[in-house]
Amino acid sequence: MLSVSARLARGAFALDTAFAAETDGIVALFGASGAGKTTLVDAIAGLVRPASGRIALGERVLFDSEAGIDLRPERRRIGYVFQDGRLFPHLSVRRNLLYGRRFAPKERRHATLDRVVALLGLEALLQRRPGTLSGGERQRVALGRALMAQPELLLMDEPLAALDLPRKAQVMDHIERLRDETGVPIVYVSHAVDEVARLAGTIVVMAHGRVAAAGPAADIMARLDLDPLAGADAAGAVLDAVVERHDAAYGLSELAVPGGTLRVPRLRLDPGRRLRVRVRARDVALATAEPRETSVLNVFRGRVVEIGPRRGASVDVAVDIGTRLTARITARSADGLGLAPGAEVYALIKSVAVDPASLVQAAQADP
Amino acid sequence: MTLTPLEVEAIALSLRVAGWAVLVSLPLGIAVAWLLARHRFPGHSLLNGIVHLPLLLPPVVVGFVLLLLLGRQGPLGAWLDDWFGITLAFTWQGAAVAAAVVSFPLMVRAIRLSIEGTDRRLETAARTLGAPPLWVFATVSLPLMLPGVLTGVILAFARCLGEFGATITFVSNIPGETRTLPLALYTYTQVPGGLDGAFRLMVIAIVIAFAALLGSELLARMLKRRLEG
Repeated sequence: MLSVSARLARGAFALDTAFAAETDGIVALFGASGAGKTTLVDAIAGLVRPASGRIALGERVLFDSEAGIDLRPERRRIGYVFQDGRLFPHLSVRRNLLYGRRFAPKERRHATLDRVVALLGLEALLQRRPGTLSGGERQRVALGRALMAQPELLLMDEPLAALDLPRKAQVMDHIERLRDETGVPIVYVSHAVDEVARLAGTIVVMAHGRVAAAGPAADIMARLDLDPLAGADAAGAVLDAVVERHDAAYGLSELAVPGGTLRVPRLRLDPGRRLRVRVRARDVALATAEPRETSVLNVFRGRVVEIGPRRGASVDVAVDIGTRLTARITARSADGLGLAPGAEVYALIKSVAVDPASLVQAAQADP
Repeated sequence: MTLTPLEVEAIALSLRVAGWAVLVSLPLGIAVAWLLARHRFPGHSLLNGIVHLPLLLPPVVVGFVLLLLLGRQGPLGAWLDDWFGITLAFTWQGAAVAAAVVSFPLMVRAIRLSIEGTDRRLETAARTLGAPPLWVFATVSLPLMLPGVLTGVILAFARCLGEFGATITFVSNIPGETRTLPLALYTYTQVPGGLDGAFRLMVIAIVIAFAALLGSELLARMLKRRLEG
């Protein structure tokens, strides 16, 4: 359990946050730039001192303004993966990885060099210098270096922000492996909704230095009121899915989701694999009668749960199809269809709108 | 061209004086540069001024100040003599002190620049890996500022080799004790028929300067390769 309450002011910016999160898996700190995410993780790491508050990881108090506790960063045992890697340029990859090992308590040295190297695929890089690494390689080494210090918590501050798309996907794979195989809890800072949807078990939404919402990822992602805080494209839903079968002829995969079957472009996953699918609100259309002749492969029957406030021309509509789905439609359509909570609707999702890159193995296997 | 015993003596003395001057002032130079680059404190400007003073003053003035302070009758000089039996006036050690004082600002400037140029965020990263501040300094800060330290050492060393005014004022011109290469050259120019000897010393000075420059270039290239892989 990570519990954080921290207040501090810096010029016009004020941070005033409080949240507690279970630390199994990944806790995402999510919010727009300038929301105070980095300041908050810096406070957890001990790089920024809050004016007041209390920060504790399980039983261990890292900071408590009332009790006068303020552990120095090197005593907190909290790993930090920075956006820019910050590898030591004068040391080889191998020596970068080993840098923190001598300070780790002996009984905690479970992440051995061999394990970390295998986990992150660093075999070929060990003798290289950071200056010769690509961005993705650098971030993988940074992950390994933080891990080798045997941290009790790993902070990652937008570790993918400086990477292009293919590298992002690759490093995300490694972060997932790290989460599943090491069991080190992770606090993951991001303003990118696809990263958060894919990785996080718990989401803490931040806006203007405050915690706007916190809870399990699926609940938070489905909320209509967080959109303006989290960014215009953030609205959507995260569905838990299982690969059912593949349709080789058409290059499709069928996924079992609550409420039916979702057809998406072919995935390279075996049937039975669990994964998460993020469906963006703007990729969902609604109809009041069952559409029969349509190009859209995915049609779900459901009920309107909630209609969000109108923003510009559009409104977000939450639909229950066995799980919650969010549809962004024009206010004109909503009025034209006479949508209201309780109304029966059909939700249409274009298969090609589901981005295979956003699909991932689910956080944990069967509970 | 074979060197006469007198020339060998002057060269050896010059190298010894400059070498010790740099060696002893280097740790202090790094400490002062670090203090000036990384900390703001009352007296910051004053310290900065004092460090730079020898650069602005005529070396003869520096030598005279040293004579007043560190001469046998001077307050510091008498104390050193009483307690440690150290005499600086009219000894080669005194010449090293004069050289060190005069070259100190050059060394501090170069090192300070490199400290200001190093990425402090790397030090932060090292702290999050569990390293205490002194360890971070030794394993991250110091290696990263080595190019600047090297520059500072070369500049200071060259300045020490060339030191004349402060040396002759503080420790005089004693053959075999304080007559370094520049003083020997000057002495030659003051005696009839000495031009030949002066010319030879000039060539030697040029050779030493080139060798030092070349050596530092090689070292700098090695450091650069280490940093950039």
